Amino acid sequence: MNRKQIFYTVGQIILIEAALLFLPLFVALLYRENALPFLVAIGIALVAGLLLVLGCRGKNRVIYAREGFLIVTLAWLSLSLIGALPFVFGKEIPRFTDAFFETVSGFTTTGASILENVESLSHGMLFWRSFTHWIGGMGVLVLMMAIIGGSDRSIHIIRAEMPGPIVGKLVPRVKDTAKILYLIYLAMTVVEIIFLLAGGMNLFESAVHAFGTAGTGGFGVRADSMASYSPYLQWVIAIFMLLFGINFNLYYLILIRKFKAVFKSGELWTYVAIVVFSVAVITVDILPRYEAFGEALRQASFQVSSIMTTTGFSSTDFNLWPALSKNILLVLMFIGGCAGSTAGGLKVSRVVILFKMIRAELRRLLHPRSVNSVKFEGRTVDPGTRTSVGTYFALYMLLFSGVFLFISLWDPFDFETNFSAVAACFNNVGPGFGGVGPLSSYSAYSGISKVVLSFAMLFGRLEIWPLLLTLSPSVWAKK
Amino acid sequence: MKIILVGCGKVGTTILDSLLEEGHDMMVVDSDPAVIEETSNIYDTMCVCGNGCDCEVLTEAGAEDTDLIIAATGSDEMNMLSCFLAKRMGAKHSIARIRNPEYNDQSLGFLRHQLDLSLAINPDRLAAYELFRILRLPAAINIETFSRRNFEMIEILLKPDSILDGLSLMEMRKKYQAQFLVSAVQRGEEVFIPGGNFVLRGGDRIGITAKTAEIVKLLKMLGLLQKQAKNVMILGGSRTTFYLAKMLLGSGCHVKIIDVDPEKCREFSDELNGAVVICGDGAQQELLMEEGIGTMDAFVSLTGMDEENLLISFFASSKGVPKVITKINRAEYFPMAEKLGLDSIVSPRKTVSDMVLRYTRALQNSLGSKMETLYRLMDDKVEALEFNVLPDFEWTDIELKDLKLKPNILIAGIIRDRTPLIPKGSDKILAGDKVVVFAGSKQVMDLADIMQ
Repeated sequence: MNRKQIFYTVGQIILIEAALLFLPLFVALLYRENALPFLVAIGIALVAGLLLVLGCRGKNRVIYAREGFLIVTLAWLSLSLIGALPFVFGKEIPRFTDAFFETVSGFTTTGASILENVESLSHGMLFWRSFTHWIGGMGVLVLMMAIIGGSDRSIHIIRAEMPGPIVGKLVPRVKDTAKILYLIYLAMTVVEIIFLLAGGMNLFESAVHAFGTAGTGGFGVRADSMASYSPYLQWVIAIFMLLFGINFNLYYLILIRKFKAVFKSGELWTYVAIVVFSVAVITVDILPRYEAFGEALRQASFQVSSIMTTTGFSSTDFNLWPALSKNILLVLMFIGGCAGSTAGGLKVSRVVILFKMIRAELRRLLHPRSVNSVKFEGRTVDPGTRTSVGTYFALYMLLFSGVFLFISLWDPFDFETNFSAVAACFNNVGPGFGGVGPLSSYSAYSGISKVVLSFAMLFGRLEIWPLLLTLSPSVWAKK
Repeated sequence: MKIILVGCGKVGTTILDSLLEEGHDMMVVDSDPAVIEETSNIYDTMCVCGNGCDCEVLTEAGAEDTDLIIAATGSDEMNMLSCFLAKRMGAKHSIARIRNPEYNDQSLGFLRHQLDLSLAINPDRLAAYELFRILRLPAAINIETFSRRNFEMIEILLKPDSILDGLSLMEMRKKYQAQFLVSAVQRGEEVFIPGGNFVLRGGDRIGITAKTAEIVKLLKMLGLLQKQAKNVMILGGSRTTFYLAKMLLGSGCHVKIIDVDPEKCREFSDELNGAVVICGDGAQQELLMEEGIGTMDAFVSLTGMDEENLLISFFASSKGVPKVITKINRAEYFPMAEKLGLDSIVSPRKTVSDMVLRYTRALQNSLGSKMETLYRLMDDKVEALEFNVLPDFEWTDIELKDLKLKPNILIAGIIRDRTPLIPKGSDKILAGDKVVVFAGSKQVMDLADIMQ
């Protein structure tokens, strides 16, 4: 195993984080707030990053799948550990476990918070919190590829970091692919900021909310999230959340004018169908609670797009909604957005393949000799992908129940709270129901549960395998 | 440039590797999912799984706006069809691997014209040509020609008791008043571009550049000239064997071919007048002895198995055959062959990829780069590059000894008004010249890059 290259790459990532920390530093200076926490964090990151980069510079730059998984996991862990420092140094989130939870929640674009009063946070901290969403959304290693290019065989890293069952490239080179992805991401974020500014939101809040939407994260600046903003702003955010939940490859296809291929995308249509169906049912279900049809539609659309794309903004306390609506939202949490987007969850493509596998299995039971191929996006899904999708689902459920049982052991809250808390963290949504609803926070959980939930978020963002492999000793053994 | 490669087998992978290093955007098409998986894991390319003759697959690979399509599948017909279709769809240039002798002899010109092929590559014939060149000048391990055959670089292995042992290049030049330049030296794993103070040692592999006309004279002076191989034994009846035997017979050599397949042997004896064809297992040392391996001038091992070629060549050189040439396809075996003392190695795969590389260089040249041609020497560790000196080159009219070149760079030849010139310290580069530059790998893309 090429340990040197692993730590070298992790060092590079830490240096990139140091560079990114300058942004909140400027924000803090701009608002004449205490910039020291950021300065100290930058210093620590620079020292750690330089030590790793200089100490682990090796000649052998070749990495294999195993190194790819390890690099991604270690990079994300060290990112979160260092990203938590400003909160601790600034004494705004004094306990390290809390700060770690908050930062992991940021980078994994979960948006689950332990803060009871968001509005007391300084501008620099608020900016950094939301900026982690933006960095984590597209992935920090993809960012690294776009800036400095990868080492040999860096496709393994991209594959480990990008969500979805099948990760493909847009153009022949990894570096160019990463660049295109980030450019699309950046452009869409800027467009959203402009739309929000046009709705009368100030620049700081526009940027923070655009970061939260782009990464499908969900950290805001107000305790009631989006509820006190105007309907126009809520619609803008709702629509952009949906846009960021779509596979970015499709945007590239639009850019190179291959519209036909976009319209043929099975995943996109399934995604749209699920959204339309859920909005329709919920609108009808909550109609009696609101005065006008328009408002019910807006609330339903906002919540559906927020939960389906695993963003976690809320425009109303959906905890008070009828059971049917809440259950639909819970199911949407598990489905998540499209593969290749910034959203979390199982991913629409996996769900579609799973359903088609079930249909093929049914047919095989009825006609034992029949040959059944599963087709997705006009192609036959190869047996390897079928197995991996099936195994992923099984593992997902297993881990889910594991985490659920574990936190119930330490924090015996009611079923709704604990179940939705795990679901919201694991799927990178953020707010759940009951005690962790949109207007409350995760502060009631004990320290150990917070750490476990932080890992659940990482599991969800990195799609289980990388983190699981890193935790298993056989990967590290010298064999 | 955007390049589509159809067929990623042994030859395809070698081509892919070298073109990627050149910085091209590669798109790979192959029908085997396992190959696609492997390729996309190792190389930084985009892969499309499917038949390279399928228009839809070609569209997906982006044939409309590609600069070059290279078809290197195992089937000539597929290669031709892929190139033809891609060209019709909008690809600018096409290269097809065409092996079958029936397509190659008379009909090739017609085929190329009708299919609008930019280049047809016959790996077997290329390899045979390389083998033939080496057999003509057995003292050299390897021979490369530059600038429309104006210059040649010969690679020579210095024996421990060589008269050049312990001589510095300056002394060597004084001793032999001839026009030549020692342009690269390989010692162990390392390769040097030597300066005047460099002292040669026995065991070095040196590359000497000289005018083509003076090579023989030079070798005679150095006491290295061996006469052309007259009696050649070829093991293994491949297509390369066929072409090589034909060339050798044409130049009046005695050729003995050994193959185990009776059918092939009959074909060879039908087609090749004058060759002795032996049907038997070449791996049997008894048979080789009986056929007089000890009296041969040269032995060429061309079976399909690298391992067999290596071992039988080793046996042949231990029996005192002066020139042993081994065909090896896997690049991993090159160092091993050197350890066994086998210095002349021919790799058809590499020959093909060099040819493709040279062609793409030339294409790029027409797109604005100033580099004319490129050769890779000494296991790819040295490049020989040819540049046109354009008016924007600032350092013309300065004596070479006053030029501040980067380390590991040598100006090995100048062509002025079509006459080659081996440069001395007092020579100058003039506008309109062509310059041959030797450099360590991947340093130089433009003539200005050689200056400090």
